[in-house]
Amino acid sequence: MNKLIGFQSNSRLRMAEFLPWILALLVFFVLPDYLSLGAQILTYILFALSLDLITGYAGVVTLGHAAFFGVGAYTCGILSAKLGITDPVVLLLCSAVVCALLGFGTGLIVLRTQKLTQLMLTLAIAALCYEIANKATPITGGADGLTGVVIGPVLGLFKFDFLNKTAYLWCLAILFVFWYVIRRLIYSPFGITLTGIKENKQRMQAIGVPVNGYLLKAYTFAAVVAGVAGALITQTNQFVGLNVIGFEPSGEILVMLILGGVGRIYGAFVGPLVYLVAQDYLAKQFPEYWNLGIGMMLLIVVLFAKGGVLGIVDKLKLYWRGKE
Amino acid sequence: MDSFLSAIVSVLFYGVAYGMVLYVISVGLSITMGMMGIANLAHGVFAMCGGYVLVTALAKYQIPFPAALALSFILVALLSVVLDRLLYKHIYAAPELEQVLFSIALIFIAIAIARIAYGTLQQPVMLPEYLKDQFTFLGRDFPTYRVFIILFSSVLIAALWFGIENTKWGAMVRATVDNHAMAQSIGINTKLLFSVTFALGGGLAGMGGALGAEIIAIQPTYPFEQLVFFLIVVSVGGLGSLKGPFLAALLIGVLDTACKYWIPEVGAFFIYVVTIGILLWRPMGLMGKRA
Repeated sequence: MNKLIGFQSNSRLRMAEFLPWILALLVFFVLPDYLSLGAQILTYILFALSLDLITGYAGVVTLGHAAFFGVGAYTCGILSAKLGITDPVVLLLCSAVVCALLGFGTGLIVLRTQKLTQLMLTLAIAALCYEIANKATPITGGADGLTGVVIGPVLGLFKFDFLNKTAYLWCLAILFVFWYVIRRLIYSPFGITLTGIKENKQRMQAIGVPVNGYLLKAYTFAAVVAGVAGALITQTNQFVGLNVIGFEPSGEILVMLILGGVGRIYGAFVGPLVYLVAQDYLAKQFPEYWNLGIGMMLLIVVLFAKGGVLGIVDKLKLYWRGKE
Repeated sequence: MDSFLSAIVSVLFYGVAYGMVLYVISVGLSITMGMMGIANLAHGVFAMCGGYVLVTALAKYQIPFPAALALSFILVALLSVVLDRLLYKHIYAAPELEQVLFSIALIFIAIAIARIAYGTLQQPVMLPEYLKDQFTFLGRDFPTYRVFIILFSSVLIAALWFGIENTKWGAMVRATVDNHAMAQSIGINTKLLFSVTFALGGGLAGMGGALGAEIIAIQPTYPFEQLVFFLIVVSVGGLGSLKGPFLAALLIGVLDTACKYWIPEVGAFFIYVVTIGILLWRPMGLMGKRA
């Protein structure tokens, strides 16, 4: 888990890194009934990627990352439902700008503090956003959710259809872009510096790294990515509910990331996939046992299988090689 | 004018009762987090368990109220010993992220178990007749149960403060909060001390949850929904401090009641604003020893 990925390994694309994209395209052709769930998973992967950047690489533990996801989702929804802006690209950009401002502003506050105070501040900011979304009913729709979201065709060409074909490919394309950017970022000197800050903040400060500046940049960028993911979920569902904002989705995305493996890009891919597919099958039939199962799984990951699913894969690989 | 005055009196009264409950629940969290530095988000689980013990004891087994209250302390203290020995001990030294996830896992499991055992509805509290009345004081009526909450918590808090300030155990706890390594090196068995303190804090949370079962509804999502408030009390009050969280709990209790009374349309908005404000002004909390 503490491997210095950016520093040690070769940053060239490996064959296995094409696998998620091939699989995603296969799903599009083979499982057309699951594109709605698929689009959902793709947005949560993007959301998890942004959390991974700030928590897994920069080491800032946050209980309020869904503040950005939610604000992104609501920005997109409100602009569409109340102001009649329907172009998906413009809406994404608007969400990104709003979340950049929010991320910068709250980053200034949050990153000054540490440990419990920091956790508490992230949590309080997320709770504050939730409360605004919940109570400002005329604008946000409150507990009933925001309806009347209309999304125009992508680039004026591809309409959002009820089979979610466009939504799926649109989410996939955006995810691909951000995956590329984040991957570049992680292997860049900037990313290595972030990992250094996570490993030892004092030492980085001592060798002259402006730690807070780096963290603030990373925090703002993570907020932007989370906001874009939020906007994507609004565009896919054409609806915004309270379940995208506040503490519970923040905890959930943290759980997804840890299940996949924190501090590694593809942990953010595996975690939401496993979590959301399992949720789709189990949560509706056995809601009690779903909570129990996810709790147990999390406990096992934290106590015994640090590194999540991909950590287990790594161990199996090592074991396999050792045998030969 | 008189109606305004009586509004203020009742907001203060209900707010203090709520604040007392918050403090009894959270004080253990402040001390254990101050001692060991674990980010234990699952503290609300203990409070919820206490609540369930009380309502079950009252409704199902017709146990008298005082005994049921005592039972909520004892059973939850035992539960926290078990959890500490079985699970918590593995994460004392773990990084923050793991502690956070570990406690989220405990919350998930607790919610699931509560839902399987009791269903999703909130549990009614079968108070005895003598606590249901109104209590008349200075020409005003106060619900007897809230008066009881305030008096009982005051006695409990006084006993706790006396224990921490004046007993050997209290001195050891204070020493460990101040400097864990030094306390250990002068021969304090910090592990044992922590376990005992953890059990006491868990028991108090259980009793607080039971006491406040009528104010904070006992239902499966309790640990998630109330988590923010317990953490606010601890972080605004200051980790490892006894008196800071007391101030914070009263502040949050009164502020929340006042907001619900006068401006219900903004909900908990001001609580969060005040929390953020205080943490910006004093990042270690009102009386904190460390962040």
